[in-house]
Amino acid sequence: MKRTAPIVFGFVVGMIMFLQYFIPHAPFTTAYSLVLDWKQVVFGMTLILGIVSLVRHHGTKVQRREKDWAYSVVVLLGFAVMAIAPIVQRTTEGGIYGWMFDHVQAPMQATMFALLAFYVASASYRAFRARSVQAALLLLAGITVMLGRVPIGEMMAIHVAGHEFSLATLSSWILDVPNMAAKRGILIGVGLGVTATALKILLGIERTYLGRSA
Amino acid sequence: MGETAWFDTSRIAEFVTALAFGILVVWFVTHARRGRSFFIRPIPGLEAIDEAVGRATEMGRPILYCPGLDSMDEVATVASMNILGQVARKVAEYETPIMVPNRDPIVMTVAQEVVRDAFTEAGRPDLYRPGDIYYSTYSQFGYAANVCGTMIRERPATNLYFGRFYAESLVLAETGNMTGAIQIAGTDADAQLPFFITACDYTLIGEELYAGSVYLSREPLLLGTLRAQDLAKIVLLVILVVGSLLSITGIWDVRSLLPE
Repeated sequence: MKRTAPIVFGFVVGMIMFLQYFIPHAPFTTAYSLVLDWKQVVFGMTLILGIVSLVRHHGTKVQRREKDWAYSVVVLLGFAVMAIAPIVQRTTEGGIYGWMFDHVQAPMQATMFALLAFYVASASYRAFRARSVQAALLLLAGITVMLGRVPIGEMMAIHVAGHEFSLATLSSWILDVPNMAAKRGILIGVGLGVTATALKILLGIERTYLGRSA
Repeated sequence: MGETAWFDTSRIAEFVTALAFGILVVWFVTHARRGRSFFIRPIPGLEAIDEAVGRATEMGRPILYCPGLDSMDEVATVASMNILGQVARKVAEYETPIMVPNRDPIVMTVAQEVVRDAFTEAGRPDLYRPGDIYYSTYSQFGYAANVCGTMIRERPATNLYFGRFYAESLVLAETGNMTGAIQIAGTDADAQLPFFITACDYTLIGEELYAGSVYLSREPLLLGTLRAQDLAKIVLLVILVVGSLLSITGIWDVRSLLPE
């Protein structure tokens, strides 16, 4: 029962979700919106588990004075302030919560995002080293696309056998033809992979995700 | 298409394709059940997992597993959980610590179950520590900061990224690269693939992510589904080539079969 029930439940719900995509009619549409509502409820419940996990993980580090435990104190303090302040002050727009969000959380998130520029630079340096024919082609394509996407690139052109090709046109061709062909090849594979995985779950062949009871 | 229609005819092509593929999968699974064996092409990224786990064991350092940013309703995350199960079995056998930071609390709950199950199956339930599969934050870059911080402080010898990733993929992979960890990634997010290919030692591209757990477990029934995928790809390739030729030569525009 413990083994069969989740598989049967998964099959029934999965089939309803599959059919609702093709049958835009009640009871399938109703079932779909019901499942979406339930997902929110399940998410809310598991969020409590997440909070417990977070507090326990960092609490244990602080309690045992593990390596770098001071960072865990910052996490616990930040979590406590952000959770308690809006309840006490009855607002999320201003007060301590609003100030912490605007002056601590948002800038830190923006900083992490901004770091991407440096990571792109270091990754590009490694990727564009022309050590083989393929890497040289990648470098050439990369330079063409980058130049073709900026205003100065639109004024530049390559002359081949009496024909003029602007970098903007070449850039668009690279993106629309070879790049798109590779992308669609990957997407076809992904589509088949997604369908096969969904079928494996519906048919109860793949059970790893079910954990212990499987 | 109104609410009163019983079947959305604009999706008939998808319905027929899904049905045909489903029949193909069931056919191969039935053959696998009868004992027929299938050849599966080697996937270097998945073959390297054993080596990566072994390296972490030799170095006495942990393994970091990132299940991506999406929730359990994404098939990529389900595939990631299936791979995590296989990785956790190896980890339990080698007695190597594993860390799984999560962005989604539902994924965290599933990951805890999967790892506990794998440790029990490997005969080492005593090694399982639920605190190793923990929740970090729902914020995308907050999660990236947490994982990067863990990489810098704990210095895992192996970083595994399997699932759906977004802009944080390069931040994670580059930090892991800087710490000198062996890195294996797998995602179906085509926009993130170049970043993983650049910064990781091995990358599973698109469908290879979904083949991961099958490849690692070598379960005959699951291998049947891989065979169905390969055959479907051949059929689609033939349709693409023949369709393109017919359209280019002006004999028949196959696109007329598809809805507007």
